Amino acid sequence: MSDTLRALVVAEHASGVLKPSVSRVVTAAAQLASSVDVLVMGDSCAAVAKQAAALEGISRVLCAEKAWLKNPLAETSAHVVKGLAQGYAYILAPASTEGKNMVPRLAALLDSHAISDIIAIEGKDTFKRPIYAGNALATVQCHDPIKVLTVRTTAFAPAAESNTPADIASVDVTDIESAATFVKQALSESTRPELTSARVVISGGRGLQSSDNFKLLESLADKLGAAIGASRAAVDAGYAPNDWQVGQTGKIVAPELYMAVGISGAIQHLAGIKDAQVVVAINKDEEAPIFQFADYGLVGDLFEVLPQLVKKV
Amino acid sequence: MSALETILVTVKRVVDYTIHIRVKSDNSGVETQNVKMSMNPFDEIAVEEAVRLKEKKHAQQVIAATIGPAACQETLRTALAMGADRGIHVVCDDPSLPALHIAKILQQLVAKEKPQLVIMGKQAIDSDNNQCGQMLAALLDWPQGTFASEVSVSDKHLEVTREIDGGLETLRLSLPALVTTDLRLNTPRFASLPNIMQAKRKPIEQIPLESLSIALPKPPTTLKVEEPPARKAGVMVADVDDLVDKLRNEAKVIP
Repeated sequence: MSDTLRALVVAEHASGVLKPSVSRVVTAAAQLASSVDVLVMGDSCAAVAKQAAALEGISRVLCAEKAWLKNPLAETSAHVVKGLAQGYAYILAPASTEGKNMVPRLAALLDSHAISDIIAIEGKDTFKRPIYAGNALATVQCHDPIKVLTVRTTAFAPAAESNTPADIASVDVTDIESAATFVKQALSESTRPELTSARVVISGGRGLQSSDNFKLLESLADKLGAAIGASRAAVDAGYAPNDWQVGQTGKIVAPELYMAVGISGAIQHLAGIKDAQVVVAINKDEEAPIFQFADYGLVGDLFEVLPQLVKKV
Repeated sequence: MSALETILVTVKRVVDYTIHIRVKSDNSGVETQNVKMSMNPFDEIAVEEAVRLKEKKHAQQVIAATIGPAACQETLRTALAMGADRGIHVVCDDPSLPALHIAKILQQLVAKEKPQLVIMGKQAIDSDNNQCGQMLAALLDWPQGTFASEVSVSDKHLEVTREIDGGLETLRLSLPALVTTDLRLNTPRFASLPNIMQAKRKPIEQIPLESLSIALPKPPTTLKVEEPPARKAGVMVADVDDLVDKLRNEAKVIP
């Protein structure tokens, strides 16, 4: 592709660690542009910048270091990125809650349409993205001079590590008064992987019958290093917290293995697991729609099946 | 005196979330003719939150707005039946304008109605963009509290708890401000029959899109809409041993 096309990837990090999603966004950016810069924003960026510089395919890492960038707010991040945007043909970020919060704000400041959640690159200005919770795929062509994209990171492979790290440069940022201020963050203290990036997800439905019974999923999840999810029906019934919800109105997951336990398979749930590689369904109702969708179906009482599974995996 | 005089809430008419959508055979889009249409679920939560803030005397009036063809008026009536005081219908042929256009239109409505708070659904379940609220906040230079699971109002501030990957985040926003709703924020009420009847008498102002004279940048072109690749047919396994064997040796997804 043309030598003149440059891309800027907006990095995400927490506690001094670059998030793994960033390397996948770099892969997408490298498909579009011949030169990819990564922007790290924060109050102390050196460690994260070094990790970003080690990614294959990066030209430069830009560091915007300010005390007021300690906690990423859309108001402040969009301001910083806007200041750096000229000269880039693409600005990309992960389609995480952080990216989804900031990117459309940035796009409006640039008078660009944002393209959300791209899963494939069909050309320099043409992208594939899911609509209707993945029940349809749209191919869209973007006409804006600066194309502003969020990337569904499960759709792109991580970039390799490079032996020759990219240069790290600090960038000037003008101060901004933000009408939003950070108060606090309460991250769930789980040792399990995050639902949206887990290799294995085990989800429970209304078939589990109570929140106590959800604990039955834990020993299996422990053995497989899995995240635990739930259907909307189970969440609505109060068996599981809302942030476990998988589906159109919850989280979209793309694990290598998805196990649906006591889940009937409502359309809205299936929409959230379309990208799973292998789907297993365990349900006592052989008519349950989930069996039409699953790669492996087992008709049986989950209260008998689960303990056996724990023993045998 | 309430902290918020006016709340503007936005609603979109979409294919009902229980419907299994069909892609049109010419790949131009998704079939919406003769399909059950409803208010976008996240917008229902937005209307509910606005009405609750009014009921708690934090606000004096709730205005509901929609943009689209004549049929969108039904959706506006639903918002009025849930408790919004009046409606604004920006009339245009396109039922699904791009987010940046919507944001620019809403910017004009905000200039006209001067709300202190705009509440929107975090995304519409048809286009799944999750953009409008953030774009409108940018155009207005307002602070944004997206994916809200809790909103509390003090004198000149909002405290918004947001659903983020891995947990929750709380922000303090000075007013005026914009909030987009996530699922946990509330459970929307069903409009009662008397309220539905009463809503028929609430005013709806119609504004033709052309009359707003906004410069709308060229939207992205949808070249094609297609079905996602079908999953290959699965198999039924006899028992747990069979399942574990298949996962280990055939699918190779467990050690």
